[in-house]
Amino acid sequence: DQVLHIVPETFQQVQHLQHLCSSLLLDLWKPLLPEDIWAGEDLHIRVPAPLVQEVKDSLDQHMISYKVLISDVQELVDQSMRRERTSHTQVPEGYVYTQYHPMEEIYQWMTQIQKSNSELVTQHYLGKTIENRTMYYLQISQPSDKTKKIIWMDCGIHAREWISPAFCQWFVKEILQNYKSDPKISRFLKNLDLYILPVLNIDGYIYSWEKDRLWRKNRSPHMNGTCYGTDLNRNFNSSWGSIGVSYNCSSEIFCGSGPESEPETRAMAQFIERKKSDILCYLTIHSYGQYILTPYGSTTKPPSNSEELMRVAKKASAALMGKYGTRYEVGSTSLILYSNSGSSRDWAHMIGIPFSYTFELRDKGSHGFVLPPDQIQPTCEETM
Amino acid sequence: DIDGVGPKYHLELVLEDIVDEDSTVNCTAEVLYHLGNKNIAPDVQFTIEGELKNADEADNIFYSRIKSLENELVAENIPDSHGHVSPEMEPIRLLAWVASGYVMWQNSTENTKFQFAQIKHVKQVKRSDEYLEFDYMILLHEMVSQEIIPWQMTVLWHPQHGVQVTQDSRQPKHA
Repeated sequence: DQVLHIVPETFQQVQHLQHLCSSLLLDLWKPLLPEDIWAGEDLHIRVPAPLVQEVKDSLDQHMISYKVLISDVQELVDQSMRRERTSHTQVPEGYVYTQYHPMEEIYQWMTQIQKSNSELVTQHYLGKTIENRTMYYLQISQPSDKTKKIIWMDCGIHAREWISPAFCQWFVKEILQNYKSDPKISRFLKNLDLYILPVLNIDGYIYSWEKDRLWRKNRSPHMNGTCYGTDLNRNFNSSWGSIGVSYNCSSEIFCGSGPESEPETRAMAQFIERKKSDILCYLTIHSYGQYILTPYGSTTKPPSNSEELMRVAKKASAALMGKYGTRYEVGSTSLILYSNSGSSRDWAHMIGIPFSYTFELRDKGSHGFVLPPDQIQPTCEETM
Repeated sequence: DIDGVGPKYHLELVLEDIVDEDSTVNCTAEVLYHLGNKNIAPDVQFTIEGELKNADEADNIFYSRIKSLENELVAENIPDSHGHVSPEMEPIRLLAWVASGYVMWQNSTENTKFQFAQIKHVKQVKRSDEYLEFDYMILLHEMVSQEIIPWQMTVLWHPQHGVQVTQDSRQPKHA
């Protein structure tokens, strides 16, 4: 069953919709009665599965545009009943994108995603973490004879920001579910390749599931194993160690023993460095705070293309707000947040990638890092 | 900047009711940071334009429920790792959040930004008088240093007399 969202534009359309609802006995969610359907007003109808195609065809015939609000009503019902997590959930056909998943399940998800979408998706090795776990990225690429520009997006640099890997998974799902039907997405893929890294800081992420929910850094040992973790987002070679960091391992913003001292940083940096002439845009996803941050954090001096960077970011913020009214502040880190050096976003821009942004997702602090799963969907939808 | 004392900020803000997001009230405030002595909390003067929404009914329901418990309330990890808070624990969380505001205020400087992160542990302390008392161990998140700071606080509450933090102390991060 699907729920469709329609905004009828003319009286004729209203009439047709009223006719459709009464003759097919469709389930009106909004408004409650067919006589309350008005032009210019939101209409939500639940269409039983066997009638979905017929209804969509009829809407197309009458030039009535619609959006799929809920693509599978049963799935939503099932998940809202699921409170306990079983340790053996599995395949993306039943993969619940509105819940947080432990790393084991994310690994399985990646394998499955490639298997079910092999014409578009390939899984690639990036490197190994300090605890020797393998990091993978997914390449979403439509076969073509021309080389395409690349958009890179990474999630999970900071372990406790669970909404971030959840977003990367959601993003991949959205692209794969809609690339055939959504003209915007198919145009995208004609000209661009998407490289998605669902979790960079795998060791940290696992640690936040098993030991300390609010862990941030990676798990590299220091001082003979008496202290752990480097802040990966202070470890890149962009004015490394200069400001907004600590040289002390016990700090959450410990920048490491040197730029790219951490295997996670090094693996990502080496890859991006190799591909940099083809990378158009670098995106890194964090939480929380609701910001779209532009370079730099290490200095208030604006980057060379700062006008264009801001223009694009402001458009993104407006589009985001258009969905649920959520406000995202836009600006350079050093001006609207705090100073920091060694961030991946600064580094990406410094090596020549023109568009480099950090997204800090929901919320503004009432839940902070521990964002409840019922916010996964709206957060991801608006960020899409 | 106020010479000899410190920077003063004039703020215009909107207060939003946590429980009923559509209920808002305008507020103006003046905050003065003491440059010289960082150990003094900033001065805050504020005016609320209008009235705060009445929460008497919910307050009294919560108050009676706790008063009638046979054993002292004990709980941990609110919210849990997935962000869930059970309905019975929601007032306990709100109380901690409000009380933590006092702790944050007392420990704020121009270079800190605190948020309430989680209740690690809470234990009710039975009293002979009409007040409810809770001993909390909470976690605060400080944005600039990104540190998670454990903080112990003793909180007194009564529907008519409001919230009071009678004792609080910063705890060492367990290395």
